[in-house]
Parts: sequence; C-alpha cells; structure tokens
Amino acid sequence: MNSCKCLLLLVLSLAAPLSDAAPRIERWQTTAGARVFFVENHALPIVDIQVDFAAGTAYENEAQAGVAALTRELLELGVAGMDETQIASRMADVGAQLSGEVDRDRASLVLRTLSMADKRTVALDLLRAMLSTPQFEAAVFEREKARSVAALKEALTRPETLASRALWSAMYAAHPYGRQTTVESVAALERANVLAFHAAHYTAPRATLAIVGDLSRAQAEAVAEDLTAALPASPGMTTIAVPELPSSSEQRIAHPALQAHLLLGLPALKRGDPDFFPLLVGNYTLGGGGFVSRLMKAVRDQRGMAYSVHSYFQPLAQLGPFQIGLQTKKEQAQDALKLTREVLASFLAQGPSKEELLAAKQNLIGSFPLRLDSNSEILGSVAVIGFYGLPLDYLDRYPDNIEKVTLADIKAAFARRVRPAHLVTVIVAGD
Amino acid sequence: MRQTRLIPLLLALAAPVPALAETFEQQLPNGLRVIVREDRRAPTVVHMVWYRAGSMDETNGRTGVAHVLEHMMFKGTPKAGPGEFNRRVAAAGGRDNAFTSRDYTAYFQQVPEHKLAEMMQLEADRMRHLTLDPEEFAQEVRVVMEERRLRTEDHAQSLLFEQLTATAFQAHPYRVPIIGWMNDIENLAPADARSWYDNWYAPNNATLVVVGDVDHQAVFALAAQHYGPLQARQLPVRKPQDEPPQLGTRRLSVKAAADLPLVMMAYKVPVIRHVEQDVDPYALEILAAVLAGHDAARFSTSLVRRQQLAVEAAADYDSTARGPGIFYLRASPSEGKSVSELEAGLRAEIAAVQESGVSADELARAKAQLIAGQIYKLDSMFAQAMEIGQLEAVGIPYTQKRRLLEKLQEVTAAQVQAVARRYFTDQALTIAELVPQPLPSAARSPAPARH
Repeated sequence: MNSCKCLLLLVLSLAAPLSDAAPRIERWQTTAGARVFFVENHALPIVDIQVDFAAGTAYENEAQAGVAALTRELLELGVAGMDETQIASRMADVGAQLSGEVDRDRASLVLRTLSMADKRTVALDLLRAMLSTPQFEAAVFEREKARSVAALKEALTRPETLASRALWSAMYAAHPYGRQTTVESVAALERANVLAFHAAHYTAPRATLAIVGDLSRAQAEAVAEDLTAALPASPGMTTIAVPELPSSSEQRIAHPALQAHLLLGLPALKRGDPDFFPLLVGNYTLGGGGFVSRLMKAVRDQRGMAYSVHSYFQPLAQLGPFQIGLQTKKEQAQDALKLTREVLASFLAQGPSKEELLAAKQNLIGSFPLRLDSNSEILGSVAVIGFYGLPLDYLDRYPDNIEKVTLADIKAAFARRVRPAHLVTVIVAGD
Repeated sequence: MRQTRLIPLLLALAAPVPALAETFEQQLPNGLRVIVREDRRAPTVVHMVWYRAGSMDETNGRTGVAHVLEHMMFKGTPKAGPGEFNRRVAAAGGRDNAFTSRDYTAYFQQVPEHKLAEMMQLEADRMRHLTLDPEEFAQEVRVVMEERRLRTEDHAQSLLFEQLTATAFQAHPYRVPIIGWMNDIENLAPADARSWYDNWYAPNNATLVVVGDVDHQAVFALAAQHYGPLQARQLPVRKPQDEPPQLGTRRLSVKAAADLPLVMMAYKVPVIRHVEQDVDPYALEILAAVLAGHDAARFSTSLVRRQQLAVEAAADYDSTARGPGIFYLRASPSEGKSVSELEAGLRAEIAAVQESGVSADELARAKAQLIAGQIYKLDSMFAQAMEIGQLEAVGIPYTQKRRLLEKLQEVTAAQVQAVARRYFTDQALTIAELVPQPLPSAARSPAPARH
C-alpha cells in the first residue's frame, strides 16, 4: 500500500497509512516508573490513551469485594478544584470521551480526544487530575455505593449473571479470581477502604500507558511524563496466587427463565504461555470460529437448540478460564448439555481434522489485518501487550506463530489444559 | 472529485473538520445503487448489501418473517450449499453477519481487500438463488425462537420496550417487534419466507456499500460483473399505514423478573422528511444531547447526582427513520424513591426546558459532542459503511450527510425550547412501568451439589 487518500485536509501532508505490517510499538519508562507503549499514527486527528493499573478485583481484600470497581468509578467524580459536573462539562466541551472498566487483573481509564492542541490539552489535564488528585468525596462515595448496590441487585435477578458468578466460584473456589462482589460486601464498604485501595494500587510501578495516534514521539513522552508525574513510586507489583484446579462438579440453580443457561469451564491459561497459540488455533475449530465451529454446527445448525454457543480461552495474569457457554429452552437443557459434552470429548480425543486445522489457520491469519484496522483496535492490542509484558514483536510474529501450530501441538496443549476431571458445570434454569 | 471543501459553520466553532472521505456512486441498469468510499488506512474492506425491507413491511400473522429470512440467507443456494457462505467468508479471513431492523435488512462481510470479488460473487448469488429448504427452515425457526427467548422473553427491559411500542403505535407497523411475536414465528411456513424473498430481494430494492482500501472504478466494474446480470423486478406497493393522532396519555405496566423498577416515557415526534426544510428533528436531536448526551447533561447532573431520584436516566431519539418518530425517556429510581416520584422528576426536566430553554453553553457542548463523534467515526470503516447504508435505507441520500451536520449546527436555543413545548404534551405520551417480580428464594441462594 503506497498511497494514502487522506480524510482530512488539515492533515493532508501528515497522513500515513496504517500498514500491512503490524504497527511499530515504541516503549519507554517515565521518570515516575510507569511503562509506556506508543504507536505513532497521524492519519486521523485523534489521540487514544489507555491507562491500566494492576488494580483489578483480584487485588481486593475478600471482605471488601467491590472496592476495586468503586475506586475506579470515583476517580472521574471529583479532583482538586473541580467537582464531577465541572469535570464532565469540560470533557464534553472539547468532545472528549472517557471510559474504562475493571476486570480481574486491570482497572482502566480510556481517553479518546481530538488531537488539536486546544482540545487535547484540556482532556489530558483532566486525565492527569484524575490520576493525581482524586478527592473521593464522602457524599459522592455514598451515592455511588448506593448505585452499585442497585445495579448489583438487578444483575442478580438475571440468569446469565447467576450462571457466570456460579461458574467462577466453582472454578476458583477461594482464589481471588473466584471471589464475588455481594450486596453485603458493597454495603459494608467505607470511604477509608477506597482510599487505602487507591493508595496501594494506583502507583507508577503498577501502571502501563498505551498511547496511539496523532502525537510525535516527543509529544507522547511529554504527555506520559505529565500524566504519571504525581503517581507514587511505590508500592510495586504484588503477585496473584496460582489457582488450584477444581474437581469436576455440576451445579444447578433454579430460576423462572424460559431458557436454561449452561456454562462449563476450568482454569486453563495465563498470558504469555506458549500453549496460547495451539489452544487458540484448536479452539477455533471447537467453538471459537463463530458459524463454522463444531459446537455451532452441532448445537445450532443441526439441531436448532441454541441461538448462540461458543467456547473461548481468557488468559489472565494467572490461569484464566477456558469456557463453553450456551442457552437453550429449559425442556431440552439436559440434551443440549449431553451434546455439548460429546462435542468436547470428541474434540479432546481426536483434535481437529487436517481440513479444520487448515481452515482455522486461514481465518486466523487472513483476518489478522482486521484486528488492527483502526486506532481503537490497535490501542486494545497494545494495552494488553504492555500490561502483561508480552514481547514487543508479538503482533509481528502472530501470523507465524499461528502458522507453525501442528495437530500434535493442539492435542497436547488441550490434553494439558482442558482436563475433564477439572471441568465444572453450571446450569441455571435447567429445572 | 476529492471532497475537501470546508464547512464554514464548523470552522467558526474552531472545531476540526470532518470533510467527507472520497465517496463515489453509480447505479447499475438493474437499479442496484453502488456507493464506494475509499479509505486506504488499512488493507481491509467492508462489503454491505442493504435491502429496503424490514419488519415494517410485514403483514399480520407473518411478523418476524424479515428476520427469519435473514437467517435463511446463510442456508444455501444451488451453487453454495448450507453453511458454505460462512465457510467461504471464514476461509477468506473474514467476518460476516447480518441484521434486520424495522426499516431494512442488511448483510455484511469484513475481509482483506483482495477478497472483495469473492464476497460479491457470494452475495450476488444469494440475492436471487436462495434454496429455502423446508428442513433447514424448520431448524432455523427453532433457532430464532431461542433468540427471542434470550433477547426478549427472559429480559424484563426488552419486554417493557416491546409492550410500550405496541401500545404507542396502533395502526403503524412499528407496533410489531422486529423479531416478531412468538406465535407468529412458530407458525411461519417456508412459503412465507419464499414470498418475502421474491417480493423484496431484488437489485432495484438494494444498495451496495463498499468502504475500504479499494479503487472505486474497480469496485464499479466488479459490481457490474457480479450484480449486473440480476433482473430488476416489480416491487409490491407500500401502503403508508399512517398512525392516527394520539388522543390522550396511554399507561401500561409489565410484570417481569427484575429488581429495579424502570419507567419509560414515549412522546410522538417527527423525523426528517425534508433535509432542507425541516427544523424540528434537528432541534430534537440537540434536545436529546442536552438532556442525556454526556455525563454533564441534565439527567445525570440533576436526576442522578443532585436530587438522587434515579440510579440511571437516559433520553433516546433517532431523527432518521422510514416510519414515525418517538422520543424516549427512560429511568430507574434510586432506593426509596417511587416510580411516580421519578416520573414527576423526568417531567420537571422537560418542563424546565419548556419554561426556561437551554443555555448557550449547553447548546455549544451538545454540538461539540456531535462534531467530535463524526471525526471518531472515521476511525471505523464499519461505522462509516453503516452510516451510509442507514441513511440510504431510510431515503436520505448519503450525499446529504454534510447538510445534516450543518443543520444540526444551525439549531438555536429558541428552536430547542420550541420543540420541547410543541411535542412533549400529555396527549402524545405513552408511559410504561416495569413492576419487578422477585425471584423465588431458591434462585437467590443456590446450594452447590457435587457429583
């Protein structure tokens, strides 16, 4: 690709295409000790920044489950000299968008802003204030706590929430990945818990910044330096314990829904594990390849039992789960479960066929450009590479790593990672 | 024909300039419209076909047929058997899917740019040669019934929305859920799908949208080669089915498994029919942004934060549609607040605009959001293709997009106040309340059983 029709007159002379190859990731560390991962791209007047802290739910004290999400939420609801409405108004004035989430490992702030200096500066100043001077004002804390309780109570009426919570509890037992936020644990939270969680986890050594878009390297360095300047230099990383594998179990939860929600899973894979590629390629055939997977063909196409059925690996800092999930009308829940287990067992015994292996590689390699065809897609990939310490050439080597997977690799990796003796099953509304 | 003309109004606001990317259009002799946007940032392409037939074109007893046919489009032609379409797209390194709305049905593939010709060949084949095998049909109807259970029957908020819509509209087919009523889905026959397909799946009822790393002339040539041989057909007459004026407030309630009450208020409002002459739909878009377009908007600031009446509150309005428009307000009360207190709170927010209007700051903020949103959209080829396809499907030429943005920028505070006064009346209001039904206690405290 050697020509670029740019979209904007303003950036006509600067425009550079995202290329066929993976984006070049630059890496450095700020004075405060945060790691920065930067992809320069001037095709659009946009800057995307994701700040990830090792401040996910796995780092919560068990009695304070819910503190991680509440802490993250409160960061944007009051900083030194500005209340939540002033922050939101200024953000909206410059057309910037702030989002983020909290998962087991990470708490994220994701900022998208226009790159023009007058817009960008305002948005970045707000982000810096959230990172350096959050106020955790008592009245705001109480209100957000009440909103969390309301949202949780509502979620606990839904079969998909009940199924997912029961599955994680069964897969991880007392391990931090298995802990669940409860109405009681949130209601018991005090402002001091949030302050303590923030002080312990929102620090420079626990932070990674992914920056993608219309900045020069020098500008990106200045931005990263400024954003992280006030972050404390300690404490550093703490590790999450290695989970033990559960014994196979089956749990049924009554629910008035028309459809049963079936989930099967076990702890399987951590980030950076060499088994990742054989499992990814193999799972494409089993239940990852959308309409062409074995589970989809068996459960949906051949028997019309479900609208959606899938399997996936979710690698985390520690062993993250392998999961299979589907929903089917409750009268046929037992048949669907039997069928799903048969498809899994047959896959574990034989692995994919030669043709299936080829099809999996064709799709995973062929679709690689689609995974990197926008700044927001690149941001997501770079953030994962940075946070989990994957090699900087991870994206460059991705197609080769897929290509070299063999049938034997897949069978061996599944035999190691997906052992039926450890597979737990949850059925909600299957009565 | 590089389009780089600046938009004076946007410049006046010192905002960046979303000049349209290079976009080209051609119509084939069989009536198929082909729209191509060249976006060379990455070696990928989005290929979409939009049919101007959605659930609003269905008839009594056959609701859901538009959506079931969409599913059947993946079930094979004589050239490409059941499952072959998905297999070929996957082998090409692509993603594909389809969606049905009230106004249209659309199919898309996202693929590496060199696979575009193959996608066109597949898509053109199923535009005319669908097999519609009765056994595949019976199987797929079961899948769609599972889809309805998942998305509607077991989902309290969806049920509320479905009932609200069915109450707000009585004559216009927007009253019917897109997925169809369960009993209609269950009783659909292959012949219903066949006649739907024969009626609407014709090149003269379709728009082809291609966005990505392509040359427009090459795309036109490919389109002529693959879609050109298909014959235009006479389309059925579309009856207007205008909704008669609403003569008073309608109220309903829905009991379903939930914990959080929810109130939805639906006001009948206009949508864009004449891009140039219309004023009110643009003012309504700005009103929606002022009420709930961002975290500093009135609902968040007043209802959620200051008064703490609501745990969440939203406003929703789409100014483009083939059918009539609705402006929705939606909110859930905080613990200890009643639905009627919350309803009064929502009404008070509307009354405040009716009486005192909106400030210059609020207006500027709403417009800044809209402009930034347009630029962010340029980061996604899929979003750009969606925008072109949706406008065309509701009868607004994509070339009018620039005018739509300008018209939004021209909205004044007085116009926002005027639409709040004109349309937010009790007479044109339908209110729905979700009455949460607690789960049986067994569902709340599951006992693990090992074996």
